[in-house]
Amino acid sequence: MNRSALARIPGLPALFGFGCLVVSILAFEILIRAGVINRFIVPMPSQIAASFERVIIEEHLLERFVLTFKECFYAAILITLVGVSLGALLHRVDLLRRATETWVAAAASAPTVLMYPLFLVIFGRSSTTIIMMAFVAGLPPVILKTIEGLSGTRRVLINVGRSFNLTQSQMFWKILFPAAMPTIFVGLKLGLIFTLINVVGVEFLINFGGLGQLINDLAERYDLPGTYAAICFVILVSVVFFVVIERIERWLRPAD
Amino acid sequence: MAETGRLRQAAITSPLLSPVTLVRLAIIAGVLVLWETIAASGWLYRDVVPSLLAIGRAIIALLSSPEYYWHLGVTAGEIGAALTIGGLSGLLVGLVLGGSRFMGKAFEPYLYYLGPTPKIIFFPIMIMWFGVGPASKVALGTMSCFFPIALSVAAGMRQIDPVLIRVGRSFRLKQWQMAWKIYLPAMRHPIINGVRLGLGVALIGTLLAETKLSNRGIGFLIIQAYSLFDMPRMYAMLIVLFILSIGANALIGRLGGLDSIKRL
Repeated sequence: MNRSALARIPGLPALFGFGCLVVSILAFEILIRAGVINRFIVPMPSQIAASFERVIIEEHLLERFVLTFKECFYAAILITLVGVSLGALLHRVDLLRRATETWVAAAASAPTVLMYPLFLVIFGRSSTTIIMMAFVAGLPPVILKTIEGLSGTRRVLINVGRSFNLTQSQMFWKILFPAAMPTIFVGLKLGLIFTLINVVGVEFLINFGGLGQLINDLAERYDLPGTYAAICFVILVSVVFFVVIERIERWLRPAD
Repeated sequence: MAETGRLRQAAITSPLLSPVTLVRLAIIAGVLVLWETIAASGWLYRDVVPSLLAIGRAIIALLSSPEYYWHLGVTAGEIGAALTIGGLSGLLVGLVLGGSRFMGKAFEPYLYYLGPTPKIIFFPIMIMWFGVGPASKVALGTMSCFFPIALSVAAGMRQIDPVLIRVGRSFRLKQWQMAWKIYLPAMRHPIINGVRLGLGVALIGTLLAETKLSNRGIGFLIIQAYSLFDMPRMYAMLIVLFILSIGANALIGRLGGLDSIKRL
């Protein structure tokens, strides 16, 4: 196979992928300039690139980024504290776990973000709504993975703890919790992704706050290059966010 | 035979009395009592937590109104279209990326990292491209479900037992025969799982788009209830919607032979 030989050359597939991306951007530029694609519907990539500076300076992109980041941060703290403690509680009280675990799993697959009008009524059009919405959406995977991690602790480790006559709390903090860390972080990773998606999404939907609102604002002003630039920026932010979380996860994962 | 009969009987009767069921009932009862207490107390603004009776009445009113089913039909149609377009294109892209190591390495990182970005922010662009009607909602739903389906198909393709592929090769199957007779049957589970994930996000994408800008569909009804401050109706719609979506999710899982609701 010729192709699989090519795939083995380091960097070549990535270069090819990137090349295709660049070529398609150029193709868009040419098609729009030639009038094949209406430039009032799709702005030229060069226009989008040029409007980045304007969006950063005039629309206070960085302050909005900080605001969105803060909302994510508060929601992340909430999902970590509440999710891990609820997970630990359910692990400890087996009856409660058996009664509610399927409910939590169902909640994880339910479209919770659609409750945002409800949250809007309860918390008003404020950052609290955004944070609470992100918290509710990000919570179930943290609970589920905490239970999974704690129950998956290796028997040997627990026996070591027993042989040292550890108390219940020592057992939890010195054996169970550290052993469950990598799995808990998988849950946190999922939870944090949901958190970011929900923060930006709800900001956009209720037209309040940071980056999500910026996109809504620019679109309502019919500032097309600005809208596209802001969307590119949000994608960039979420990709960076995702890569960073993944790095941390890989760092925490034990080498097997 | 008598043994199995007794066992079966035990299996049927025990869940009714098992401690797990009792705990569940206790939790449900506790939540309902708490809810009713808050509703009656007047601690919160009126109607933020409406009484259970009002919600129950709203659910009955909702389910007996033909208008609701019309809107439900619109939304179901949009989600169905989104899942069809996104699913087929996801399947195709997944087959290409999973089938060739080169293509996978070249393009999969983009899909992998674009997958978890918030899709709703593309809605203004979708409105520009497809108008304010149902097409823009379908587009957003398609965009949402394309990524999980493409990624799980690509991953599933790589996990196929190489023996099956060698069998296909030894029969000198053509490329499309390989896809139809070897790859697709062997990847039933990842595909179903991808569709399940895809359905969840397509539903969210479509409905959120409806709440943002539309004049029909369930999302529109929810945001209408919000602007009219008809809280019992909003609760009723959210409850029915959650039951429907969890049910659809479980149904797809059951059809594909997965656990009804698989852990994340």
